[in-house]
Amino acid sequence: MGGETDVSTLSTDSLLRVEDLSLKRAGRDILSHVNLAVRAGAVHGLLGLNGSGKSSLAYALMGCADYLPDGGRIWFADQEITRLSITERARLGLTLAWQEPARFEGLTVSDFLSLGAKKQDRESVRAALEAVALSPAVYLGRRVDQALSGGERKRIELASILTMCPRLAILDEPDSGIDTLTLGDVETLIRRMPDEGTTVLLITHRDEMLRIADSASLICQGSVVFHGPPMEVREFYGSRCRFHAQTLGRQPWDQVRIEAGVA
Amino acid sequence: MKSAIHAGVIPAEPGWVKEYEAILNAYEQAGGNKAVLGATGTALLVVSANRVLASSEIPGVHFDAEELPNGVRARISIDPGSRFDRPVHLCFGMLPTEGLQEIHAEYVIGKGAAVEFLAHCTFPNALQLRHVMDATMRLEAGSSMHYTESHFHGPHGGIEVVPQARVIVAEGAQFLNTFSLVHGRVGRLSINYEVEVAAGGLAELTTKAYGWSDDQIQVNEIIHLNGEAARGLTKTRVAVRDRATSEIQTTAEGNAPLARGHMDCTEIVRDQAVAKNMPLVVVRDDRARVTHEAAIGTVSKKEMETLMARGLGEEEAVDLIIRGMLQ
Repeated sequence: MGGETDVSTLSTDSLLRVEDLSLKRAGRDILSHVNLAVRAGAVHGLLGLNGSGKSSLAYALMGCADYLPDGGRIWFADQEITRLSITERARLGLTLAWQEPARFEGLTVSDFLSLGAKKQDRESVRAALEAVALSPAVYLGRRVDQALSGGERKRIELASILTMCPRLAILDEPDSGIDTLTLGDVETLIRRMPDEGTTVLLITHRDEMLRIADSASLICQGSVVFHGPPMEVREFYGSRCRFHAQTLGRQPWDQVRIEAGVA
Repeated sequence: MKSAIHAGVIPAEPGWVKEYEAILNAYEQAGGNKAVLGATGTALLVVSANRVLASSEIPGVHFDAEELPNGVRARISIDPGSRFDRPVHLCFGMLPTEGLQEIHAEYVIGKGAAVEFLAHCTFPNALQLRHVMDATMRLEAGSSMHYTESHFHGPHGGIEVVPQARVIVAEGAQFLNTFSLVHGRVGRLSINYEVEVAAGGLAELTTKAYGWSDDQIQVNEIIHLNGEAARGLTKTRVAVRDRATSEIQTTAEGNAPLARGHMDCTEIVRDQAVAKNMPLVVVRDDRARVTHEAAIGTVSKKEMETLMARGLGEEEAVDLIIRGMLQ
């Protein structure tokens, strides 16, 4: 049964727990009292429209420099990580696949995929590329620079998650920029990650993506307003949010938040 | 004094053999492959301080080296029309901590010849050392010369490197030059290249340097595009950190119809380091076109955070990004 997010309802066996997290930037509330839990071995979907705070939450969870929280706490595998650096979090087994991944002049795909790889062998790198439908013969020696298309770079970002095999991967809109023909492959890939030991926080603005999730949360205007089984989250989103999706800035979020009980 | 060493002869005098080995070891430290130098059919010139330790010619490649009190004068010529499967290797260096090495080199690339030079300059122990490379390069019509110079300096920074070259690129010839100083401390680097390009010719100057501590990098490159449809490019990639400084001055002159020039400079600056770039565009023909672009800034935060999210520490991430740019 889904509903409003209250820290007391969050599972204590969660791999990731976020308690009352708030973040301001330039005097504006970006995240407001966010509570979230991701169970180990699950794919947890975080659904929200553009500008709802999804990526900001991802950066805050990863510890990015401009996203240090003003309040609240983050727990990972029963260790508080709120003030840890990105590197420290990564070494604990947390990582992030960026929505718009960085480009590196001079770094080859092979080098990039070897960074933080669980197994330092060429075969794992080749297998990861094949898993995202990129030919190792063509891509291993290419540079991770501007010459790659957005879709190619996104696939390489996903491949790097496969080689790292982290305990928790935050995937920020892995479906954006991917052509519809390969979208199914990406979904299959994400769905298989828990079998390889990687729990997934799947961030998306497309409610269809929740079909591969085990549980889900809905974020609106910096607050997680609903969590529960994916179908219930989709229904809540469909009935209250999708209608407003077309005109950003005009959504009556306060009403949604009141209905969700978090206003 | 004329060198007594001739093609294919490796000196047998024990002291020199030891020095030769030490220079080659330093060369290997700089990323070179010693085995390549010993391979049959490889043209090779090895100079340590003012001694020519080895000189191995192959058909089409000629070395004429003369030892001077503080260095070597060398004439390196390539026969017209020659083509080679492998690069010509040049190895310059000094093992002592102090001293002066002056290399006066004259390169002549015969008409229609194509050659690649790999020059390795190794100064692993430098504390108070000056290395001057004073070169003239003449590329005859339709020839092609690719000259890659890689430096390996020790960790002390007590070295001054002064590479200067005047290059004449004849009609339809191509001159591609890459200078790289990214291993060990830069010390003080002062590059001065001036290139004249005739009709249909091409000159590309690529410079890469990575300075830290109190290193000083100065680059002054001038390309005169004198002939119709001559093309020129300067590409500079420099990173400075700590208190290091860099000053990049590039000039491209479009002096003839359809001449095309471009200057591209990217510099990364960290800590208290200072980076300057001064491109100068001169156009003397209304059908010529010369452009420039420059970007000086710190390491991209996103690139850094992406690498840190893979478990790299901040300094490791910065170093990897800089070395990637300098590759």
